[in-house]
Amino acid sequence: MARVELRNIKKTFRGHVALHDLSLDIGDGEFFVLLGPTGAGKTTTLRLIAGLDAPDSGAILVGAHDVGSWGAAQRDVALVFQYYSLYPHYTVRQNLEFPLKSKHRRIGVSEIAGRVAQVARTLRIEHLLDRKTDQLSGGEMQRVSIGRAIVRQPRIFLMDEPLSSLDAKLREILRAELKDLQMKLSATFLYVTHDQVEAMSMGDRVGVLNHGRIVQVGTPHEIYNRPRDTFVATFVGSPAMNLFTGAVRDGRLVVAPGRLEIPIGVDLAPPVVRAGRVTLGVRSEDVAVRPGGGLEGRVYAVENHGVEKIVTLKLDEQLVKATVPAQTAVEVDSAVSLIFNPRKLHFFDVESGVRLDA
Amino acid sequence: MADIVLRDIEKYFGDNYIIRKLNLEIRHREFLVLLGPSGCGKTTTLRAIAGLETIDSGEILIDGRAVQGRQAADRDIAFVFQLFALYPHLTAYDNIAFPLRATRETRAVVDRRVREVARALRIEPLLGKRPSALSGGDMQRVAIGRALVRRPKAVLMDEPIGALDAKLREEMRAELKHIHRENEATTVYVTHDQVEAMAMADRIAIMDKGVLQQVGSPTEVYQYPANLFVAQFVGSPIMNVLGAAVRPGDGQTHLLVGENDAILPFPGGLHEMVIRRGHADGALAVGIRPEGVLVSREAVDGYIPVEAHIIEPLGPYDIVDLKLGKQLLRCRTASGYVRRAGDTVWARLDEKQTHFFDSRTGESLGIRL
Repeated sequence: MARVELRNIKKTFRGHVALHDLSLDIGDGEFFVLLGPTGAGKTTTLRLIAGLDAPDSGAILVGAHDVGSWGAAQRDVALVFQYYSLYPHYTVRQNLEFPLKSKHRRIGVSEIAGRVAQVARTLRIEHLLDRKTDQLSGGEMQRVSIGRAIVRQPRIFLMDEPLSSLDAKLREILRAELKDLQMKLSATFLYVTHDQVEAMSMGDRVGVLNHGRIVQVGTPHEIYNRPRDTFVATFVGSPAMNLFTGAVRDGRLVVAPGRLEIPIGVDLAPPVVRAGRVTLGVRSEDVAVRPGGGLEGRVYAVENHGVEKIVTLKLDEQLVKATVPAQTAVEVDSAVSLIFNPRKLHFFDVESGVRLDA
Repeated sequence: MADIVLRDIEKYFGDNYIIRKLNLEIRHREFLVLLGPSGCGKTTTLRAIAGLETIDSGEILIDGRAVQGRQAADRDIAFVFQLFALYPHLTAYDNIAFPLRATRETRAVVDRRVREVARALRIEPLLGKRPSALSGGDMQRVAIGRALVRRPKAVLMDEPIGALDAKLREEMRAELKHIHRENEATTVYVTHDQVEAMAMADRIAIMDKGVLQQVGSPTEVYQYPANLFVAQFVGSPIMNVLGAAVRPGDGQTHLLVGENDAILPFPGGLHEMVIRRGHADGALAVGIRPEGVLVSREAVDGYIPVEAHIIEPLGPYDIVDLKLGKQLLRCRTASGYVRRAGDTVWARLDEKQTHFFDSRTGESLGIRL
């Protein structure tokens, strides 16, 4: 197990800068998630740590050793990909044994059998050990490929969207299993995903990556409750945070004079007041919907999600989402009033999108 | 606009059934979602309605008339695919106008109809653009516009937003629902995503292995699932299902879950209800959604102490796994309510939200407390 440090990493591909001056510090035994959209640089970062690619500049430290000159095998990291790469003609047992039988490991036969048995128990694939991998379901195959990573007892686990090709139910189950596994092994996990639910639910900390830069690093709670900019604010959380841009005047955000003026209801932090024009953010669960009066909107669509409803409202020309309890009665096309929770408002710079009270 | 009736539809491939004795009525102006895992027969059903696929037996009636002998083009139905099939060399306007021009409408009528549809879909500013200049969501809006513009009797959609990213899907869900309300075309929509189904449907028809499992409003299938398959396919996180047995005791019913992992107090009448259905011993399963598991940080009467395991902070709320003997019970709590894994908390099942199933057949016992 080991700590991983990236210092001022830069990586370009044919003139295109994939990573700009990236620095990260992943603690020993931490479950760290790199979250970002396609093309953000997540997989590139993972490949640099694994030793499959070399950075243009900067240093990579694993357990306080600079591993820049080390080959992939020496770094002793395990990689798990989205598409499980198993040997189809081998049984599950043979697939699990394979990484241990490599010549330079010299692990005894009984030791191999012991490790395979233990991994199979941990991942609940004992009953599959003698099956060929082409007879397994997707979830089972992904468990086996994770097993093949664990059996080596590597210092770091690198996972590249390991759940994204599975269906929703299976993803949900494996999410909890992976987290449980990481806690049991107290291993260092670096997990890459574009799925904010995975990031929030599994990460001890989350690093949000966009256009090759780390935008914010924090616990899921920090990322969700104090997003550093509008990118993080809208990328994390579902539905996406509602945003409004306007001028702050007499305790209101004037989006369109006379047509859309949002009462703010709290004392504003000095940077917000100084900015004059701001982008106001509010999450759907912090928007309450009541009959008539106040800030008026029209119900545009209602989605029933069982435990709650997501209501889309038209406020002047803008669509706003509110999450309300399932038993709330809301009629499409009816006029309702919206109340934003004054303690849950976020303020961002109009130009840069950066949080004003950071 | 139309109603669509499927009567005893069967389709097989060799000895394998793709669709088995399917009976379903899709009402005039309804938004019906066919929901199920891949391979359940939902897309085959949709394609059979469209006339893109033949059926081996049964009848498909559109507005009361059997159509299984008619060509796809003669059924007056529009189809929207997952991958938007737009003409790349035509503008959005011309793509939408295309099916009308094929019917030799006058230029003024074409223009009026294209603009009406574009307004409903909020793509008026994009009408002059070619598909290559549009985002994925806008391309799919144009494809939907092209389907709606000729006012077909029904619109069939096969995972139309499945290829879009999460944020865009979220927006498009509300848009599609709004559009349906505006134009009121009978819509049959296929998806494997239960969130989409819940969000948009007037009614959901859930299929598994070629067999229709349940048809009902989102609220009905969520609150009154007919069997374990529906119970666990609809809703996220998945409904907890635990093996159980009932025992009478001091005016109460003791619900024993797992392998005697916990004893939970339930109202006295439950025991008798279960006996009446012949499930006093064995073959009883209880189902409870995470929000039906009530949790307290302090000891409360009727609650049992349990150890918290993994905590998933999802933002507005947390999903917490509670250890119930060898089993896990997932519950939904306010954000940060359970502080850390390993803490002891007290829990019980809300009896109003507890479901009872026959664990052999998977059927609901229909017991509601």
